[in-house]
Amino acid sequence: MQVHKYDVVIVGAGGAGMRAAIESGQRARTAVLTKLYPTRSHTGAAQGGMCAALANVEEDNWEWHTFDTVKGGDYLVDQDAAEVMAKEAIDAVLDLEKMGLPFNRTPEGRIDQRRFGGHTRDHGKAPVRRACYAADRTGHMILQTLYQNCVKHNVEFYNEYYVLDLLVVEEDAVREDGTAYKQKRVAGVVSYDLATGELHVFQAKSVVFASGGAGKVFKTTSNAHTLTGDGMGIAFRRGIPLEDMEFFQFHPTGLAGLGILLTEGARGEGAILRNSEGERFMERYAPTIKDLAPRDIVARAMANEVREGRGCGPHKDYVLLDLTHLEPAHIEAKLPDITEFARTYLGVEPFTEPVPVFPTAHYAMGGIPTNIQTQVLQDNDTVIPGLFAAGEVACVSVHGSNRLGTNSLLDINVFGKRAGVAAAEYSKTADYVELPEDPENRVRGLLGGLLESNGSERVAQIRKELQDTMDANMQVFRTKESLERVLSDIASFEERYKNVTVQDKGKRFNLDLLEAVELGFLLELAKVMTVGALHREESRGGHYREDFPDRDDEKFMKHSMAYQDSSASTEHVAGIRLETKPVIFTRYEPMERKY
Amino acid sequence: MSTSTAEPASKVELPASAGGGGEIPSFDITLRVRRYNPEVSEEAHWDDFTLTMYGTDRVLDALHKVKWEHDGSLSFRRSCAHGICGSDAMRINGRNRLACKTLLKDLDTSKPITVEPIKGLPVEKDLIVDMEPFFQSYREVMPFLIPGGHEPTKERLQTIEDRARFDDTTKCILCAACTSSCPVFWTDGQYFGPAAIVNAHRFIFDSRDDAGDMRLEILNDKEGVWRCRTTFNCSEACPRGIQITQAIAEVKQAILSRNI
Repeated sequence: MQVHKYDVVIVGAGGAGMRAAIESGQRARTAVLTKLYPTRSHTGAAQGGMCAALANVEEDNWEWHTFDTVKGGDYLVDQDAAEVMAKEAIDAVLDLEKMGLPFNRTPEGRIDQRRFGGHTRDHGKAPVRRACYAADRTGHMILQTLYQNCVKHNVEFYNEYYVLDLLVVEEDAVREDGTAYKQKRVAGVVSYDLATGELHVFQAKSVVFASGGAGKVFKTTSNAHTLTGDGMGIAFRRGIPLEDMEFFQFHPTGLAGLGILLTEGARGEGAILRNSEGERFMERYAPTIKDLAPRDIVARAMANEVREGRGCGPHKDYVLLDLTHLEPAHIEAKLPDITEFARTYLGVEPFTEPVPVFPTAHYAMGGIPTNIQTQVLQDNDTVIPGLFAAGEVACVSVHGSNRLGTNSLLDINVFGKRAGVAAAEYSKTADYVELPEDPENRVRGLLGGLLESNGSERVAQIRKELQDTMDANMQVFRTKESLERVLSDIASFEERYKNVTVQDKGKRFNLDLLEAVELGFLLELAKVMTVGALHREESRGGHYREDFPDRDDEKFMKHSMAYQDSSASTEHVAGIRLETKPVIFTRYEPMERKY
Repeated sequence: MSTSTAEPASKVELPASAGGGGEIPSFDITLRVRRYNPEVSEEAHWDDFTLTMYGTDRVLDALHKVKWEHDGSLSFRRSCAHGICGSDAMRINGRNRLACKTLLKDLDTSKPITVEPIKGLPVEKDLIVDMEPFFQSYREVMPFLIPGGHEPTKERLQTIEDRARFDDTTKCILCAACTSSCPVFWTDGQYFGPAAIVNAHRFIFDSRDDAGDMRLEILNDKEGVWRCRTTFNCSEACPRGIQITQAIAEVKQAILSRNI
């Protein structure tokens, strides 16, 4: 058994992981484990910008940003967390600039800012220029800048190390009110070295999960092939709850049929959506801010246009993003990459032709629950000492039921930094938790089982069918029937998964084996998402139930917390226990959400 | 600043062609892949796969089709699948490209499409190479901002023109298509290679940076910019369209004049 010992282990090297590493690496002995190379992480695919109330181009303040975030999330946002994020946004942008990030500039040489969906002046009066950006490559620049600074600070990376288990021990403990409970403590992680097929145990005082999202549960997605929710799945299997998993964001403007992201910054720069009749239909759905309404509203409007027969193309199954009224030089300067995507992948020239678009699965609002110190919770209140999470894998919850554009790049910087500091500080006073006996046991069993299986089922086939049913039944519009359909499909996929075969039996770069492992996470997470969606009989933010079209604050103004529990069942699904957690309110009372 | 154009019309007459064409055509291809797995044999060989593909498919889709439906052991790196992460640089019909950005219909599908690992880096398995020597060169050019003077409270100011000066080289995704297309790099693995020089250029010409002289000294090394023979392979290979040969020329010029 190969055992490494570090003060802090960070799982994932995207924006949140590397932002954490820059802080932690200067304070404590830190290792970063990533299933990719750091610069391959999907933060690099983010395009439009990162909001902060710098007020460089017009009046703005962090309180307006907080309000927009809370309202954007349809009031399911924890307001203390939103306030932290909006306040610390300003330093987060300035930190990046000082690290070297090449932001676009104003004529005065300051960081330029542009409009983005749901970000408004004075509580919804009009769109505001709040998004700091570098053309339509803001995520790329953030990822590169953070990696450059990791190189500068000699951060230690373990590239292509797949973390497949979290080592957790449970101790008997007693609450203040005298009740007994099991306190979880983190001892480290188990990882699989892709190059050699060897297992490595990393013992650590602090573990930070920053492993990103799970968009590959859907077929049409802006997410990378590697975004299979490993971190969420690992935590869930170790008895850690997942919060608000029914809320998944569908980004309005994915390239039709492909799902490749076209930034909302395009609409921020003046592009608009049209249906087959040439109509700017967002005027009907959001009269004040129109095409710059939040993503859930725009995505639903698009899907509705298609459903009502006003879609474009041979199958009338998409709408159009129209940039043709904008100056080509302006598009070229501000949106060079997305125009190239349209040309490369659809053969459409955006200067002169509108671009076919349709909503694409983009972002998990839910994840591993944390408090604003990024400490992971094992229930509504109890912190797991030494375990932290930040970024898309986490649910802090700043996005509530619908994330505003740019707030994810902000989230990873603000809470990534907090996680890095907190994990390092914790490691200075904590002792190592003793490793459990045979720590690799679970992972060895998992991999061995898959390698030895002589079944006839193919990973790719099951995955495709999972993605198909999720797109058909768990996307923008949901009903009791559609969700029950998904759950019965998943039940049959789970049976077939037991018979899955891995053709590659070797040790070196066995990606065939890892795709099988990843499918296991996808199945589990799709089930948790769908159970939550079935249970939540209301419509809020990204979760829209046609059979319950209104928001129901009385019954559902609360976070959902899904636990793996073999003795429980929810919505007739065995093994999942669903509980709730109160939403934290500070300043804002829930109001009807209009734009 | 964004330009403000007039509010677009609520309704327009769309041209009949709007939204693109009809059904997507399908066609058959032969994908000829260079295979190597030292667990099985020290010898590399070619495998042919006949596949039915569609007009919107890319080489990456063909590789996935092989892996997912025919031979699960075929190994290659990929992640984002739209040209941003830089994982899937490979040699396609003898040219370095990203598999996810190369549409099959743009290749000659009447002949086998050959796919090999990028050259000049040790092959680990099939299309996967050891990237460590590549990143080692990258790290050696100090690829991070080293600003001078006191740190301001707010952002450092930079004019639009100064920002534009190094824009082209900020686009690099470290895919290694350029470096592994360079004949000098093939024969001399010590050469920094185009990608490292591109990333040095990105900081040398950033008005906020104060360590240009140090980087120029590093690149003035015998394994530095002077090994470049201006064959333009790198510029042709770059999936991001970076004018790499020009960036190298600018660095050479800066070394000679010590004037950034």
